[in-house]
Formats: sequence, structure tokens, C-alpha cells
Amino acid sequence: MATEHPHDRLAHVSDGSAALRVSPPVIAPGHTFESVTDKISGIVLTKRTPIGWFFGFAIAFAFLMLLNLTIGHLLMTGIGIWGNNVPVGWAFDIINFVWWIGIGHAGTLISAILLLFRQQWRTSINRFAEAMTLFAVACAAMFPLLHTGRPWLAAYWLFPYPNTMGLWPQFRSPLIWDVFAVSTYFTVSLLFWFTGLVPDMATLRDRAQSKAARVVFGVLSLGWRGSAKHWQRYEMAYLLLAGISTPLVLSVHSVVSFDFAISVLPGWHATIFPPYFVAGAIYSGFAMVMTLAVPLRKFYHLEDFITMRHIHNMTKVMLVTGMIVAYGYANEAFFAWYSANPYEGYMMMNRMTGPYAVFYWSLIAINAAMIQLFWFRRVRDNVALLFVLSLFVNVGMWLERFIIIVTSLHRDFLPSSWDMYAPTRWDFAMFTGTIGLFLSLFFLFIRLLPALAMFELRTIVPQAKVQAGHHG
Amino acid sequence: MAHVAPTATIYGLMAEFETPTGLVEAAEQARLAGYRKLDAYSPIPIDELNEALALRRTRLPMLVLAGGILGGLAGYGLEYWSQAIAYPLNIGGRPLHSWPHFIPVTFETTVLGAALSAFVGMWALNGLPQPYHPVFNVPEFARASRDRFFLVIETADPRFDRHGTEQFLKGLHPVGVHEVAP
Repeated sequence: MATEHPHDRLAHVSDGSAALRVSPPVIAPGHTFESVTDKISGIVLTKRTPIGWFFGFAIAFAFLMLLNLTIGHLLMTGIGIWGNNVPVGWAFDIINFVWWIGIGHAGTLISAILLLFRQQWRTSINRFAEAMTLFAVACAAMFPLLHTGRPWLAAYWLFPYPNTMGLWPQFRSPLIWDVFAVSTYFTVSLLFWFTGLVPDMATLRDRAQSKAARVVFGVLSLGWRGSAKHWQRYEMAYLLLAGISTPLVLSVHSVVSFDFAISVLPGWHATIFPPYFVAGAIYSGFAMVMTLAVPLRKFYHLEDFITMRHIHNMTKVMLVTGMIVAYGYANEAFFAWYSANPYEGYMMMNRMTGPYAVFYWSLIAINAAMIQLFWFRRVRDNVALLFVLSLFVNVGMWLERFIIIVTSLHRDFLPSSWDMYAPTRWDFAMFTGTIGLFLSLFFLFIRLLPALAMFELRTIVPQAKVQAGHHG
Repeated sequence: MAHVAPTATIYGLMAEFETPTGLVEAAEQARLAGYRKLDAYSPIPIDELNEALALRRTRLPMLVLAGGILGGLAGYGLEYWSQAIAYPLNIGGRPLHSWPHFIPVTFETTVLGAALSAFVGMWALNGLPQPYHPVFNVPEFARASRDRFFLVIETADPRFDRHGTEQFLKGLHPVGVHEVAP
């Protein structure tokens, strides 16, 4: 076991040889099937829950209770408790929806697209990134559902099912496309995640000491026994799911952007929206993976598996996608001027100099300027700094959605209908409440399920290679 | 050990290996020796085993293709039927069958159909979930999900012989050979 190695420093030393530019390994040297399996399954099977876990979970759970309170108040009173008003009919509900959905993109990107590109470094971060996706999408789905005010009626507004009123949803509306995109995304991500978990459930079943754990993991493992015939189909299914998920993950945020782009509102009606939204989603998703990975590797001593290689690569992905997003901002400004359309021009001037200008410039400062730090190796080597910067990226992407939604709506074509928007305390309660829900689920996940994919980690240890020339 | 009667009371013989290479070699030797009712068990997927055991390519991709096509047709069909026949509404003067608007949902249902058939199809072809299997009767088999590799030759194999097969398996340099209770 090489847990005590100062890997970060090792990585730094090997990075320092500028001529060779040796990347840190995707798994620390010295690991075997046993060490990988025991380390990851030990986190779940131990009887001792770390005290820090209780501490973190308690805080997250308190915010989850705040969410319950807010939803209760919302259902009793109505969405008037929010700050939404007449020009700004969509505010925190859609900002937070888009923010969460965007965060949810990294999981499937890591598990699907990086699998197709044979990026081995996906192996130790895919499991918890997929879990993060599911939890983020669950948080996202709350906002449009609760924005209807009466979610139990939303069933026939959103889903096509034969009802006694003879009503059908309007399939020409991007909002219905959204329902299909998000629910498909959630379903496929769940199938992918569960499929990946099954062999690990079998490991936990075989290693659990308590009868209850053996039964629970036994049921969840579906009787998996690692048969060669099963592995063959399993690998094929995994590859197919990855291939299917790749266009899916690109489609979801494109469809989310159609919610805006299909309208005629200046600031929304732009053809750049789909790629710009997808890049922003991957950017914010990787930022959230970084936000979760840094404490996770620190507190559970997973530096051997989530190595500096992962940290570097995630930072580079953030840099690339962040630059695409920054290009999107430049493109919006350029077209506002080049179109010579007075409404487009005013929208841009209003963003830059209007009442919400401070938010606009903050997001430019984060998403266009601050990310330039990621060019520097010294920054990429500084894990604590990257954690802080990833939090800023999360904030920056939230501000982006605030700017896109609120500044476009609050001053549209007719000055007589202009108004200002300010969120209420219930808006903030609901938003922080979903963060509580997200973190509560994540805390439960790392305690109850293997946070890293054991069977996939086993495939990258040196032992896993079948020696050449075995043909006797 | 040499008498025939006990063969009927066991499921098969299981050889345990320490490395994936050992298992691949053993699987290949067993195939060459004419055994057909055999299976290999490993904690990781091993591509070389497909060849060593001469596994046929899975039919799963065709199933997924069919599921995707079915999903797409169902999605488009639902849109056409509900918008043009069951509940026609004039939205901004667009035709009732305004097909470009129907593409995003058709795409999503295609993906959903393909993904569901990949998931359901894979588990169904694998015969899982399966609550009981004889291999779990061997205590050593608990390590099949951690760090050990197993080859099982079933008694149902026409070439199976309680004594001869055991000798054959022992000749493959395993860590141990175990009887698998049915």
C-alpha cells in the first residue's frame, strides 16, 4: 500500500521536468486487486462512520429541512412567495434549474464521452460524478415542477398520457422538449450508474460482515458472479450506453437553451445558445466535480486514486470549456452591435451598464478572466486553490444564468412594462435548500455505496494485464 | 473418488487461479481438451477470455438498434397522433403536422428506447437477476469479486469425469481445485 506517499509532491517533481512533461499516473504505483478493493469497500463496510461525516451531513440535512419548509409554504400559499413579477416571470426557478442541470452534465460526460475516447483517467472519478449528476438533476427538476404551483396538476401539463379531459401536451413547445430531454437524461444516467454499480455490489456482498449488508448488497448485485459470458455482454452494454449517452448529454443542454432561443426576446433569441450552453454546462459540471473531489480525496485519503493527473485534467477541461463560454459572451456582444438591431443593442448596453451590471462584470471577471489562471502549472498543482477557484466557477455560472434570464426579461421592447426584479428570502431558502438536498444525498452516497468504481480501478492496476505469449 | 456415483451430486469442479493470465491459459487448455460446458469467473472483464472460451458475439447491439428505432417511431407517432389527430390546435398558423418541432422529442425517445433495451436486454440475456447459483457454494468463490480467478467445468459436460477432470485441472497450476455443490 502506498497511501503514505506524498503523491502531490511526487507529481510536482515529475511535472517539473519541463522537457519530458511526464504526467502523474492515473493510479499510484504499488496497488493491487486486493488493495484497491479493500480500500474502497472499506469506506462503505466500516462500522465506524467518521465524525466529520456526521458533522457535514448535519449541516446539509438542516438545509434539506429548510427546503421542506419552503416547499410546504409554497404549496400552501402559492408562488407569490417568490420574487417573480410580471416582466420577470421566470427568475430563480429557471436560473437554478439551468444551473443544476448544467452541473449534472459532467457525470455523463466523464462516464460516456471519456469512455469512448478511451481516457483511462475517467475511471476513478466516474462513479461519484455520475451520482452527482443524478442528484443535480433531481434538484433541477424541483424548480419547474414547483413553479407550476400545483405539481400534482403538472402531470397532464407535462406528460402525454390519456386523460379524461382529452388533453395532450403541446409538442411544439420547447418546454415539453425539456420535459422529455431531462427525464430521458435522468433515466439513462440512472441506468448507466446502476449498471456500473452491479459488479461493485457483488464485491460488497462478498465482503460484508453483517447479515443485513449481505442481504441488501446481495439483492442489489442481482446475483452477479463475474462470469466471462456475462462480462462480455456487460462490456458491450456499457459501451452502447456510452455511445447512446454521448449525443444525449449534448442534446440536453441544447434543448434547455431552446427554452430561451426559440423565443423572440433580445438576449435569448440567439443561434449561439445551444453550443454555448453545452460548453457552460460541462464547465460548471467539472467545477462541481472538482468541488466534491478535493474534499473527498482529502478526507478519505484517496490521493492514490484521484491523483494529480485527475486534478490537472479536470482543470484543463474547465479551461477549454470556460474559454468557449467566454467566446459565447464575446459573440453575444458582437452580434448585439453587428445586427444593428436597437433592441439587441440596448439589451447589451443594459447588461453592461444597467442596474445589474455588477453581476455581469462579476461573471466576466470569473468566467473570462479568472480562469486564465488555469494556464499555469503552479495553479494546477495547488489543490486548495483549485477548490476555491472551482467554487468561484460555480458562482460565475450561476451569475451567467441570472444575467441571461433577468436582464433580458426586465427590460424588453416596451419601456412601459419595464420593472426591477429582486429575489425574496424564500427564493434563497429554496435555492440553498436544494444545495442541502444535493449534499445530503451525496453524503449518504459516499457512506452507503462505493464512491469509486472498484471493478474499473482493478482493470488499471498492473496485475490486470494478461501476459503476452500465453498461447501455449 | 474413482467411482461414478458422486458425479451426479455435484455441479462441477472449480479451479482457482491467482492471475488473469493463469485463468486465460487454463480456459484455453480446457477448450483444447474438448470441454464445452465451462465458464470462467473474474473480478474484472478480461477481453482475452472471449477468445479463449470461443464466446460468440452478443446479439445485444441488434436489440439496442431495434429498441432505438422503436422508441423513435413511438415518439414521433405519439406527437403526430396527438397534435394532428387527437388534439389539433392552431399555434401561430403552423401546420398541424409541423415535423421540425417534433424532432427533439423523437430524438429523446430514440435514445430512451435504445438505452432501456441495452439495460433490460443485457440483464435478460445474462439471466440476471438470479437468486441462486451453485458457484456460490464454494467458500473460496467469495474472492471472485476481489482478486481471484476461477474456471468451472460442469458435470453436464460430456467429457466430464470426476477423477480425470480433477487431474486435468490440477495440471493447469491452480491455487486449488474445489468441488461445486449443486
